[in-house]
Amino acid sequence: MLHQFLGIGYLTWITFLPVIGMIVVLLIPRGNSNVMKWVALAATILQLVFAALIWMNFNPALSGINDPNGFQFVEKARWIDLQGAGWFGKVAVDYFLGIDGLSLPMVMLTALISFVGVIASWNINKAQKGYFALYLLLDTGMMGVFVALDMFLFYVFWELMLLPMYFLIGVWGGPRREYAAIKFFLYTLLGSVLILLVMLGLYFSVSIPDPATGQSMHTFDMLAMMNPKNYVTNSLLAGIGTYWRDVAFIALFIGFAIKVPVFPFHTWLPDAHVEAPTAISVILAGVLLKMGTYGLLRISFPIFPDAMLKYAYPMAILGFINIVYGALCAMAQTDFKKLIAYSSISHMGVVLLGISALNTQGISGGVLQMFNHGVVTAMLFLIVGVIYDRTHTRGVNDFGGLANQMPVYTAIMTVAFFAAIGLPGLSEFVSELLSYLGAFQTFRWVTIFSSVGIVLTAGYMLWTLQRVFLGQLPEKWKSLTDVNGRELVAFVPLMIVVILLGIFPSIMLHPMNATLNHLVDFVQKVGTGLTAVK
Amino acid sequence: MAQTIYQSFVYVLPETVLSIFFVLTLLTAIVGKRRSKYLPAFMALLGFVLAGVFVFRQIGVSELVFSGMYVVDPFSWFFKVIFLVTGILIVVFSMQSRELEAISTKYSEYFSLIISLTIGAFFMAGSSNLLMMYLSLELVSISSYILAGFTKENARADEAALKYVIYGAFSSGLMLYGISLLYGLTGETNLYAFNQALAIGSIPRVTILIAIVLMLVGLGYKISAVPFHFWTPDVYEGAPITVTAFLSVTSKAAGFAMLIRFFKIGFIDVSAQPIAAGMWDIFKGFNWTDIIAVLSVLTMTVGNLVALWQTNMKRLLAYSSIAHAGYILMGFVTLTDQGISAMLIYFVAYLLMNLGAFYVVMLVANKYHTENIDDYKGLGYRSPYAAFALTVFLFSLTGIPPTFGFIGKFYLFSALINSHYVWLAIVGVLNSVISLYYYVKVVRNMYLVQPTDTSRVEFDFGSNLMMTLLVVPNIALMLYFSPILNWAQYSVTMFGLR
Repeated sequence: MLHQFLGIGYLTWITFLPVIGMIVVLLIPRGNSNVMKWVALAATILQLVFAALIWMNFNPALSGINDPNGFQFVEKARWIDLQGAGWFGKVAVDYFLGIDGLSLPMVMLTALISFVGVIASWNINKAQKGYFALYLLLDTGMMGVFVALDMFLFYVFWELMLLPMYFLIGVWGGPRREYAAIKFFLYTLLGSVLILLVMLGLYFSVSIPDPATGQSMHTFDMLAMMNPKNYVTNSLLAGIGTYWRDVAFIALFIGFAIKVPVFPFHTWLPDAHVEAPTAISVILAGVLLKMGTYGLLRISFPIFPDAMLKYAYPMAILGFINIVYGALCAMAQTDFKKLIAYSSISHMGVVLLGISALNTQGISGGVLQMFNHGVVTAMLFLIVGVIYDRTHTRGVNDFGGLANQMPVYTAIMTVAFFAAIGLPGLSEFVSELLSYLGAFQTFRWVTIFSSVGIVLTAGYMLWTLQRVFLGQLPEKWKSLTDVNGRELVAFVPLMIVVILLGIFPSIMLHPMNATLNHLVDFVQKVGTGLTAVK
Repeated sequence: MAQTIYQSFVYVLPETVLSIFFVLTLLTAIVGKRRSKYLPAFMALLGFVLAGVFVFRQIGVSELVFSGMYVVDPFSWFFKVIFLVTGILIVVFSMQSRELEAISTKYSEYFSLIISLTIGAFFMAGSSNLLMMYLSLELVSISSYILAGFTKENARADEAALKYVIYGAFSSGLMLYGISLLYGLTGETNLYAFNQALAIGSIPRVTILIAIVLMLVGLGYKISAVPFHFWTPDVYEGAPITVTAFLSVTSKAAGFAMLIRFFKIGFIDVSAQPIAAGMWDIFKGFNWTDIIAVLSVLTMTVGNLVALWQTNMKRLLAYSSIAHAGYILMGFVTLTDQGISAMLIYFVAYLLMNLGAFYVVMLVANKYHTENIDDYKGLGYRSPYAAFALTVFLFSLTGIPPTFGFIGKFYLFSALINSHYVWLAIVGVLNSVISLYYYVKVVRNMYLVQPTDTSRVEFDFGSNLMMTLLVVPNIALMLYFSPILNWAQYSVTMFGLR
């Protein structure tokens, strides 16, 4: 097999490297917190190296989605293989990894944000061993979600993130951390169990011949679930546009929507963000939210294309609500972190609007927006972290006139804020433009109303800039120091990405293109009952 | 093949060994007291191990013995293994319990009762005759009444034991009434003959239904299903922790084994093809499993909701065990082999996680002298390993990967979805979400709250080893669960069917 290192595929390495790091961290005797940090950093840097290898070896011409030959770096092995009794049937779960143009940007994002997160965690001063061990476990869970193609495996990774996240918010978080952590946990578990039920329904509805023996068996293979021919006649989810398929789609949508989060399932997000330590906010906004929309694109759309087409309009409306509601809420905040949290809701609305349009522009814009928002919002949370570390306050109104005091910081923040507003030349401009462009073709009025969000975003972002940097510097902040070297290490790679993708968005759009075109084509055709191209 | 009485003895060797060791353990009170106070415990362990040897020689055996009173088949074999493992673990736990230290003069009675309860459970899993069912149920019940009140200096234990006896007597009385009705209707006490009589004769359906409801009262009491659960929290709280752990697994599993066998052998439609897939539709046109479904929903919902307000760890686990009975019942509702095998898988998970949780609670009670959830504050910093182990067990009880509890729930829900019981599956998963709240409450206290007293409390090597032995399968069996799945599938087979 191609693309191996020490006989093990790249994707396994990139997914399980953090676990190796975790084991090393656990073995380090108490008190050597510096060593633990460096181990965590080394694990994430190695992960970045593998991400780079994957990037370089990725073939942008291949499609993916439902085509097994379109996936790259594929690793497939039997995990559970059981010759069941007659009434039970064969039980098989595959260890099935692979990426296509949809997962590639997410893998890159996860590797990048995980690395930045470790740097942002440098001054964690409480129970470092537990912190870094859990952090690395979380990293594995996130990466696993983006590379798994077997639904059982996907679900295990999906749930695997819950536990570390609960502890990371709950132990190392702010004053209301207990409340935020349990709220996050309950919401996401509720979402996951819905996904679990749909997964079981799909499992029993799909039957394929076992590649090894030819005997027919149920499967968790996502690709097999996308082919209407594999559904057993009269099974729960067979057919096109049936009642149970609608129910399953909605359940799945709620499961993913909680993660995105889509209004009205968003209330855990502001709490979790405000209470989480900086690095965890970065991970939460940078990667975790994308898992929701990734799940929609990877599972909901191609497996339930009929229901997706049926509910595209309500989804677009939810996107609109997210955009405008998130922006209005952000405008009302005086807590810097909460403000960014609501802006995330608003920006994820753009993704939802874009992907529900189901045309190449919309979906490309949506996926690119997932990547770009991940990078930009990570910067924004780091920015809050920098100032919070120094002043222990996050009140936007407590500041003013910082521009003279912290010039480098001001420069970074300005770039990040303008990127979030969608200034041409910076990354989010391209993705938002594409999303709105795609959505406009399908949902004209919703898109027109949604574009109010752009104005609102510019409003609250600029207003925040003004409150923090301009005006009179309060006496007590006269001794604030500017961004230090460690913080710069976190900011610089993100900034490079923001500017680079603003100027050459095709770097990212090019590898996605074949896959997303295929996705659009596939959903349109299968969803309307036509046979798929491949 | 039915066996003569003489030939039958070969098949009850494990039970015979246990009975001998029951006596021997009791006798250590007279003989070996001066040597070591743990002599009865070692005697009991030896008994369990020897019985285990004989049980393992019964792999694949499927026989009806003692003129149709008792069955040795893969189904009962499965439960025997569960009972033996539980028995061994409980004996080991008991040797470390500080609570039982106070009554160390009566160790021989205590350990012999553990054996006698296990014998009863063995018979419950295998009895194929209504009378035999009743007798073995009573053997388990009487042993557990004494065990529940064993620390009789403790007022709560006395209350627990008395409540247990009264509820027990009442419900087994009702069950006996049910048995007499069934006997009156068919003239048979043997389940196989009973099944034939049902299939041929025109028996009034309403009377049968009443008899079944009465039987369900007795069995529901044993598995602590709502509304027959009222004894559970008090008994679990009042009894010594080791006894609580023992009752929560062995007694409950035995109840389930009997429930499944009674309904399956008694009411299956043997003419249906294939039998295994056949609905047990002796009551054509009346969907009697709805009764079980309602019971299951009530059991898990009440268990979980009441657990939310508990402040005592044992009480919390008591209500959680009620909820788990509800989950397990879901598998029964489907009336398919898949559902039953899911129940069996769940038992393996339940044994590992529930005994693990009780063990840590016992260790904490030993060192910290408390069972209060509030006193678990900062446990994660004071006794990191115990807290970690308890966290694993609690998440396993919730059913979150990467723990084996997830596989247990996963297969229960699979069975439901496959039989199109979507509504019940939804109730089940919502209950899991509710249960998360109270399990995490304990975890929260252990990790999220800083302790006022930060001194480390370490446990000895044996305790740590024991916790490791329970933690490892809880995680390892999630990563590779084929063997358990295979075993559970195989163990669904009962004598005389297929």
